Amino acid sequence: MSPLPHVVSRRSVVAGTGALVLSFALSRHAFAQQPQEPQNVGEEPRKPIPQPGSLKSAPRLDAWIRVDADGRVTVFTGKAELGQGIKTALLQIAAEQLDVPVGALTLVTADTARTANEGYTAGSHSMQDSGTAILHASAQVRALLVAAAAQRLGVPAEQLRTGDGRISAPDGRSLGYGEVVTAEMLQADAAPQSPLKDPARRTVMGRPVRRVDIPAKVTGGEAYVQDMRLDGMVHGRIVRPPSPGARLRDVDAAAVERLPGVLEVVRNGSFLGVVAEREWPCIQAMRRLAALAQWEGHSDFPDAATIDQTVLKLPSQNTDILNTQHMGTPQGRRFEASFTRPYQMHGSIGPSCAIAHATAEGLTVWTHSQGVYPLRGALAEMLQLAPDKIRCVHVEGSGCYGHNGADDVAADAALLALAVPNRPVRVQWMREDEHRYEPYGPAMVAKLSAVLDQGRIVDWTHDVWSNTHSTRPGAAGNLLAALYLQRPFMPPPPVPLPQPEGGGDRNAIPLYKLPRGRVTHHFIPDMPLRVSALRSLGAYVNVFAIETFMDELAAAAGIDPVTFRLNHLEDSRGRDVITTAAEKFGWSRPRDKRPGTGRGFGFARYKNLGAYTAVALDVTVDRDSGAVRVTRVVAAVDSGDAVNPDGIRNQIEGAILQSTSWTLYEAVGFDRETITSRSWADYPILRFDGVPDPVEVHILDRPGQPFLGTGESGQGPTGAAIANAVADATGVRLRDLPLNRERVRTALGPAPAARAG
Amino acid sequence: MITLTVNGRSHEVDADPATPLLYVLRDDLGLHAAKYGCGFGQCGACTVMVDGRAVFSCVTPIAALPGRQIKTVEGLGTIEDPGPMQRGFIEAQAAQCGYCIPGMMMRAQALLEQNPAASEQDIRDHLALNLCRCGTHMRILDAVKRAAALMRSARGPDAGTTVATDGAAR
Repeated sequence: MSPLPHVVSRRSVVAGTGALVLSFALSRHAFAQQPQEPQNVGEEPRKPIPQPGSLKSAPRLDAWIRVDADGRVTVFTGKAELGQGIKTALLQIAAEQLDVPVGALTLVTADTARTANEGYTAGSHSMQDSGTAILHASAQVRALLVAAAAQRLGVPAEQLRTGDGRISAPDGRSLGYGEVVTAEMLQADAAPQSPLKDPARRTVMGRPVRRVDIPAKVTGGEAYVQDMRLDGMVHGRIVRPPSPGARLRDVDAAAVERLPGVLEVVRNGSFLGVVAEREWPCIQAMRRLAALAQWEGHSDFPDAATIDQTVLKLPSQNTDILNTQHMGTPQGRRFEASFTRPYQMHGSIGPSCAIAHATAEGLTVWTHSQGVYPLRGALAEMLQLAPDKIRCVHVEGSGCYGHNGADDVAADAALLALAVPNRPVRVQWMREDEHRYEPYGPAMVAKLSAVLDQGRIVDWTHDVWSNTHSTRPGAAGNLLAALYLQRPFMPPPPVPLPQPEGGGDRNAIPLYKLPRGRVTHHFIPDMPLRVSALRSLGAYVNVFAIETFMDELAAAAGIDPVTFRLNHLEDSRGRDVITTAAEKFGWSRPRDKRPGTGRGFGFARYKNLGAYTAVALDVTVDRDSGAVRVTRVVAAVDSGDAVNPDGIRNQIEGAILQSTSWTLYEAVGFDRETITSRSWADYPILRFDGVPDPVEVHILDRPGQPFLGTGESGQGPTGAAIANAVADATGVRLRDLPLNRERVRTALGPAPAARAG
Repeated sequence: MITLTVNGRSHEVDADPATPLLYVLRDDLGLHAAKYGCGFGQCGACTVMVDGRAVFSCVTPIAALPGRQIKTVEGLGTIEDPGPMQRGFIEAQAAQCGYCIPGMMMRAQALLEQNPAASEQDIRDHLALNLCRCGTHMRILDAVKRAAALMRSARGPDAGTTVATDGAAR
């Protein structure tokens, strides 16, 4: 097998001859030339002036807003639509501040040739980073246009009105934005202050504007990267090893290359793929190739049944992220509890997909990656191409819920595309690829203890053990394919994500007012299974632990769990969501407590920085089968300035149902050599028969306040509320996730008589 | 050559008769709505209608389909003139990523064509074969109930006898 052909020789790239010029226009903005991708937006501001949101890293106004001479207005964001509705919300912000209708705006999302580098679309950051930047940039652009019009019309700016993309004077004269804009006007850096519209005068923000992407999605439009059909496009599939640790010994590639329609078998070390003219023959060729491949070796996985013990035994780097234990000596009764979570998967319904096109000019990759710039950097390193020879364009994919196979399949497509230059290669993973090879949310353990004295918590400790929650690219060694190449790349050493956002320790510090405590993050560098960011990172487990432990303590104190929370919470916005959820749920109403039914409550402020979410819900527990069903859910959320209340509601509803699925059903299966969760049959998730009757979401809008990240905020409170409701229904406290039928049945035991909890 | 009738139009398809319908729809006929999700008939993202019944197109070979009526989301209406099922989903804003939605729509369409008065429980039972990972289930139920109401009103006042008993016409 010949080595992987490259479009450009390594020497020319290393020597930096710069002979290749990309066919697409590179942005004239400074940010487009930045060769390195900052891992977090805003880490290194270019200006000492504090700037809101992503203006920190991309301060130029025309990085966000451009006005053409014909009046067309284009909004740019480095964030990507993941199904969270960000396109619509960002358009609403721009429309409001610019006084241009949503429908008249064009939005360009994450694209290394066109948009700012906003890192990853992750961590519920899009509204805070990009929404804030667009808010301020739009307001400033409008002011610049008005100032120019004032000069042209000889009318003070204060007397001019804007609407529908026009500026009008009291005397009836008016100018379109395109008539007053100049080439230089928007090349300026944003000013520190923005003339934001008074929230009371808003007509677009704060309204449930319909999602701009839904009509195409429900009418068969080309809505996803999976749907793209480029001229001359061919199809690729990858043969993954039977075990992640296996290496390819031999394969009769020629036998597959002889199949009709097969263009190329690509082998580089243990990376094995096939390219064919059409998709179904490509899949058949991939299967033939898989049958012919001879592998050796395998992973050496720990025992899945005792993964929590393995997690506790692995070497860890321990950091106290909070320690106030010098504050007195606690008196009272001490309680302890231990919580576990298995590996869980993102489980996108649509397996990951990318299209790569290699030409003499360079490589273009259409991808549903959450970070086009970091992906570009990783691809450049893997392929030994200069970053400016690669363009990564975000196109929507199936929902990802974190770092799934999106980047990996982009690397697969790039490797295959270089083998068949000038033909766009579309690669979609098979279901079993997605299940077995996506990076999972890590297995975790949390141990909590508290001292209770006269109904108050007087001491609190929280120890959490976890792998990293980000192995996202930026480095080639974070791309799956790169691990299998003849000259493989090593994953960079994992590092803990720093507080205050944190990774495994995200939300490990309670928001409650506690006089004394210690919170320790036990960061485990060794990764038995490949892991990365799954929606909410460690917050799901930490909030699950804190909020179920709060219920245990409330029960021990003989205090209602909602009251107990309020007794320990000073944050007024947190108190508001708790009381709203409790009121709307009817928590204080007398209830008819029937056997097998229970109710539970959960609360958190995501990352202690983002949205506040409280969830109250009812469950039924079937004693014979062990099945838990969530029957009714009421949630309250404070996302700060609620740009699109229906979008927030949609996200919270989704978080509640997805967290219900995690909490009741999900655990990645593996034996000592490989992953055994290969399909939905081996990794059951929520279906319609487990869906609650009503789910109500109440929004506490805070117009004019900062946007608070919302997308991940419901995961933890929901999981905790379910466990609390199961305890309420059965008297038995379950602390190991998931609360599946076997666990519930085992915990309840054979006797129908109630047991004391 | 195999002749397939899709959304009322006849197509000559040059493909191996064992090819699953899904790939012919997407790659030969340019109909993108049906999606690849699992290839095993476990998730329903590929659901289309054949002779009025919902089928998994990822496991249905085209050899079985000549002479049968295949319907996809593209046959329910257009972006300019969406049909009742599509309007139901738009009105309910029943999508997050939306990847599962075309499959949901076709299974729901098959149900409502057979039983215009389907109850919420009927809808839940039928849609249980289709997976949604974003957790859009509540909105999907709302959308299908809206679609049922739109279909009933389109059939005129006599259709009042088929109104569901569980408030489907909310």
